Amino acid sequence: MNEIQTALKSRSSSTFDVERIRADFPILKLTVNDKPLVYFDNAASSQMPQQVIDRLVRYQTTQHANINRAVHYLSEVATSEFEGARRTLQHFINAHEEREVIFTSGTTDSINLVMQGYGRKFIGAGDEIILTTLEHHSNIVPWQMLAEEKGAKIRVVPINDAGELLIDEYEKLFNERTKFVGVTHVSNALGTINPIKEMIAFAHARGVPVLVDGAQAAPHIKVDVQELDCDFYAFSGHKLCGPTGIGILYGRAALLENMQPFKGGGDMILSVTFEKTTYNTIPHKFEAGTPPIAAAIGLGAAVDYLSEIGMDAIAAHELALLKYASEQINAMPGVRIIGTAEHKAAVLSFAVDGVHPHDIGTLLNQEGVAVRTGHHCAQPVMQRLHVPATSRASFAFYNSMDEVDALIAGIRTVQKIFT
Amino acid sequence: MANYKSLYQEVILDHNKKPRNYGAIESPSHHAVGHNPLCGDHISVDVDLGDERINNIAFQGESCAICKASASMMTTAIKGKTRAEAETLIQEFLAMATGKLSHEACPNIGRLAVFAGVSDLPTRVKCAILPWHTLSGAFNAVASTSTESEDDPMHAPIGDA
Repeated sequence: MNEIQTALKSRSSSTFDVERIRADFPILKLTVNDKPLVYFDNAASSQMPQQVIDRLVRYQTTQHANINRAVHYLSEVATSEFEGARRTLQHFINAHEEREVIFTSGTTDSINLVMQGYGRKFIGAGDEIILTTLEHHSNIVPWQMLAEEKGAKIRVVPINDAGELLIDEYEKLFNERTKFVGVTHVSNALGTINPIKEMIAFAHARGVPVLVDGAQAAPHIKVDVQELDCDFYAFSGHKLCGPTGIGILYGRAALLENMQPFKGGGDMILSVTFEKTTYNTIPHKFEAGTPPIAAAIGLGAAVDYLSEIGMDAIAAHELALLKYASEQINAMPGVRIIGTAEHKAAVLSFAVDGVHPHDIGTLLNQEGVAVRTGHHCAQPVMQRLHVPATSRASFAFYNSMDEVDALIAGIRTVQKIFT
Repeated sequence: MANYKSLYQEVILDHNKKPRNYGAIESPSHHAVGHNPLCGDHISVDVDLGDERINNIAFQGESCAICKASASMMTTAIKGKTRAEAETLIQEFLAMATGKLSHEACPNIGRLAVFAGVSDLPTRVKCAILPWHTLSGAFNAVASTSTESEDDPMHAPIGDA
């Protein structure tokens, strides 16, 4: 081990007890192909600590009933726990009011809600929607569907070779037809952290609302929707150590109140006759049907768990992992990092000369190392950077420096096999 | 647990590094392009089918090692065969790669048995069978205008046939 390695490793471990945290995650004890599991696919989905698993079991064994309905004991408990989770999430993102926090099935559902509820009502023929090259397909396709339906136009913010948005170009895209901006907080494929606060301020100065896709940001950096001053902020529970099937849409109350409901059904109404239906108030207007109650409560527990560790401590450890891994990879001949933005979250996309990402993925898996290979549901980024696909290691706070060493050793093995 | 090492054998790595029959054929009798939308990989297959036998076959494209080696070994196995023999081999390879038949149950499979291990890796089966589906698409574009994508056991679409 060289001096840099030793220094970087000790710097991180002195402030952050990663082994104690790892003990909370039962799945990290697995072996894959007789090697200890190294889970570096956190940008796709994170793992769940025992505290969240226990919370789900406690809910399911002692608290479950349908919410907002009956007067019996269990229904009251379940309703109270579900609404408690909403308040936990409100504090996690520092929303002004709890009714601004809507439970959805995930980021994709959240974005579709805004497209249906806001877009279909307020965006019309000839209007323009600004998106960026860095968007995940889930923040592209809904807007394309809307644009096709309404005859609206999509304008795209370009990036430089490092994978950073060209802010001058962003500002030039605005005109009197600009009605909406959708931008990812952190690029899922490259890790770029976008200057969304400045982008939001610029849009607001022109009266344009902004939706932020926070799927890759909420798990890694402290999010304060009031400080960002965003209009909508969407993220998923399963990337935050919570269950799948649950996510959040934060929306500014004044906007949510003017939006049309996305789905019709129970819970989202105040009264129904065949002549007229009166919609419920927010957030219930957007939560038709029985929600994933257990998943919402599980997400609340996950956020409690993360908050106890502290998002700043999490970000610092992940950044140390990223820095350590980046320095190792930069020192390897024939390996190239894709996405070299100055401000990055813990996502490391890379290419190995002469080796297809799928072969890298299969061979790293042989070493117990789980990475994602492919286009990461962000084909426009791949096209722009002229790579068909990449291998992506994405880190979480429960990953260790030793695991980064296992990744690096795995890449060396891949190179050896292919020479 | 699948034995991954058995897949990245010397013969596969060699065909990946030095693919045989790589390129295009001038005025082929049959041609198709196969795409794997999951990873963006694509290969094209050109065939020169004479009255009796396949006089020449070539492939080119962007793909992983498994796909490229499979295509390369396919061309060496197919060249000189009759169309009927080639189609039998296509069926045997698809059955073996998808785990429906063991390689012992495929009388014509020969050296292609090195791909038997791919049946344990569901995410990689598509890579191995893409060249074979593309060849099948090339043949059938003559026999019929309908594509085979509906019959494809892994739903690997074949375009531009």
